[in-house]
Amino acid sequence: MKPLYWTLAAAMLLPACVTINIYFPAAAAEKAADRIIDDVWQLQDKKAAPVAPATETPAAQPAP
Amino acid sequence: MKHIIFGFTFVMALLLPLSAAQAAADLEINTPAISALKSSMQARHPQLAPFYSSGAVGFSRDGLVAVRDAASVPLAQRQALNSLVAAENKDRNALYAEIANGNQHPEWEPEIRATFAKRWADKAQSGWWVQDGSGWVKK
Repeated sequence: MKPLYWTLAAAMLLPACVTINIYFPAAAAEKAADRIIDDVWQLQDKKAAPVAPATETPAAQPAP
Repeated sequence: MKHIIFGFTFVMALLLPLSAAQAAADLEINTPAISALKSSMQARHPQLAPFYSSGAVGFSRDGLVAVRDAASVPLAQRQALNSLVAAENKDRNALYAEIANGNQHPEWEPEIRATFAKRWADKAQSGWWVQDGSGWVKK
């Protein structure tokens, strides 16, 4: 019985440790890099600038 | 024996949510140090951009910038260019380390650097030079 417990415990514990120590969130890192690069190179400004005035146009006058 | 089993159950209960939280979370990039580095690089970018376009400076594999054609820059400007590149690389190195440290994983620095190297190259304008596995390539 004893070895079974140990094997079970080890089998469950090991992947948990590996996950915490080695897992690198590649997708999150890419997203973070994109956000920083867009800021540094001001890539968003070019896209955002034409959009901003457009939203100010009176899209919907409240109907009486 | 029971104690051991309870002990393991307890440890598991602690570890599993931790790993799940790590997997789901975004990387923290809103620390004061990262914001300061970002504005410093943003302010420098207009000075570097002409050198990117002329090919004097390119984006290296290791997530930094490098002088790849000093001869294309007038002698009088070369010292200024070297200072610009050195300052930019200092910020970039600090940025990668700061993101790794800010997320409590200093050991992620090389992967963060590699991710940035890829994204700088992907987002570089056409005509700018990037370094791939084999050497310098003009986009």
